[in-house]
Amino acid sequence: MSVAHFLLQDSLTHSAARLGAKTALVVEGRSYSYTELCAAAQRLAGALRRLGLERGDRVAIYMDNTWPCVVAIYGALLAGGVFLVINPQTKADKLEFVLDDSDARILLTDSHLQSVFEPVLARAAKLIATICSGTPPDAPNILAFDALLGDGEPKSLLGEAIPLDLAALIYTSGSTGTPKGVMHTHQSMLFAINSLTRYLRLAESDRLLCALPLAFDYGLYQLLMAVALGATLVLERSFTFPAQVFARLEEQDVTVFPGVPTIFAMLLAAHAREPLCFPKVTRVTNTAAALPDDFTKRLRSVFPNALLYKMYGLTECKRVSYLEPELIDSKPGSVGKAIPGTETYLLSPEGQPVPPGETGILHVRGPHVMLGYWKRPDLSARMLKAGRLPGERVLCTQDYFRMDEQGFLYFVGRNDDIIKTRGEKVSPVEVENAMHGIPGISQVAVIGVPDELLGQAIRAYVVLENGSSLSAKQIRAQCLARLENYMVPKDISICTELPVTATGKVSKKILQEQN
Amino acid sequence: MSIGAKIRSYIQENFLFTDDTSAFADNDSFLEQGIIDSTGVLELVFFVEEQFGIKVADREMIPENFDSVANIARFIQNKQATP
Repeated sequence: MSVAHFLLQDSLTHSAARLGAKTALVVEGRSYSYTELCAAAQRLAGALRRLGLERGDRVAIYMDNTWPCVVAIYGALLAGGVFLVINPQTKADKLEFVLDDSDARILLTDSHLQSVFEPVLARAAKLIATICSGTPPDAPNILAFDALLGDGEPKSLLGEAIPLDLAALIYTSGSTGTPKGVMHTHQSMLFAINSLTRYLRLAESDRLLCALPLAFDYGLYQLLMAVALGATLVLERSFTFPAQVFARLEEQDVTVFPGVPTIFAMLLAAHAREPLCFPKVTRVTNTAAALPDDFTKRLRSVFPNALLYKMYGLTECKRVSYLEPELIDSKPGSVGKAIPGTETYLLSPEGQPVPPGETGILHVRGPHVMLGYWKRPDLSARMLKAGRLPGERVLCTQDYFRMDEQGFLYFVGRNDDIIKTRGEKVSPVEVENAMHGIPGISQVAVIGVPDELLGQAIRAYVVLENGSSLSAKQIRAQCLARLENYMVPKDISICTELPVTATGKVSKKILQEQN
Repeated sequence: MSIGAKIRSYIQENFLFTDDTSAFADNDSFLEQGIIDSTGVLELVFFVEEQFGIKVADREMIPENFDSVANIARFIQNKQATP
């Protein structure tokens, strides 16, 4: 597979040439063949070029997990562009920030997101066009996705890109509160696909189900892996209606089910009410947050024939490690070893090797490491450090790990205050910044507190301005208008003052201890 | 209060935290509008069970029954008609 592919989009054109009528994608009950997917993506690519998209230009895809979204990803690549998928829960301010930060030239979106994107368009000066699925709003410069695809014969465009060019920007939350675009090249993404498909033992006959957002690299790679293998992806909009996902698992003969602990917790809760069993699933994967050890046994009764993979990763290198499923009982709590073709090691804060059993900072070496953060050399320098070879850069994850005598990794902790809620990374500063924008709020501090279902729940402590009579409910409503739903605090506590440290800064440590 | 109005008021109160009745239409998809997520669906189902005295099976928690005010109202009416 990897030998023939220089560019990410080659995986689609090759699978289409090889497998043609085979189902590439099942979305909302409808099947699309490789020929259909490739033709649609080529038509879109042609349209993007006619609109003026040039090699390396960014294409923002603010869409749900739908057929147009998948076409947009490959269409952008075939046109020589760099795609970025924006979570459809994103609200106007952040959408505007990402469009501006990425210098996106084209925005592809869904008509049902109109109330969010329309006000942003007036200020998005760098956009040359907006393409909208469904019934687009009647405005100049907003083109209908379906009409655009209807134009002419699909043509393959002569690629100018090389494997070192960017294929995607993947935006992720940072501890500074400002999202940053992780730069991945064709080379780094194809390498990651190859490594992942190898250790997951995936094959062309597999049918992968993805209910994770394509804006999340864990979701995105389900698509990329399926297409590269010539397998079939069953794409669900979300895990909002678990019963629908369970029905799909069965009726679509799904063999691979990726999830995060919150999804597995909901699945096991449903299983306790009414037993579930999916004997056709042969691989179940977990990442984004640690899978509680007691889930393992219960998941086996739901997926009696599945290998269960515990994995660890970060967007900056896609994935770091996985535990061989056969070792899941003998290595509880471990996230395994480096993925194939890569290596990991622990260093002390001073850069010295750390002996087995002791805590150190995890470093990752391999072709899957990002090129850096888009337009953020300062942040890139913090994460990418000099390696062993001249000129080489390795990823310093800034996460603390322990390694046993046999080299198995154990997560110890993060060195920032990022909150992990339902598998999503949330920067407390980003939530605080949004809440500071709410009229009537004087001070705010956001922390993560343990939560059985979510992993961590977001809790906000708010001090109101004098004379303000905002209620917690009104604050949540305002948060919902500014933040992705998963970033909205679950609990809001209105207080008269926030605890401070000796230097007068708000003390989150004291807030944490109060819980 | 009609079934639809009760559902609407519960969703406004608990998911959107607003009294604005124009926030969404009865046929708007909760999924498309990002109104509720997976944990929200469970809360909504508990509310429906308690408020309308019906039992919702897991396999009934699908968009056809729970993705809009109109769908939920229809689902409840059908359930009440065939106890």
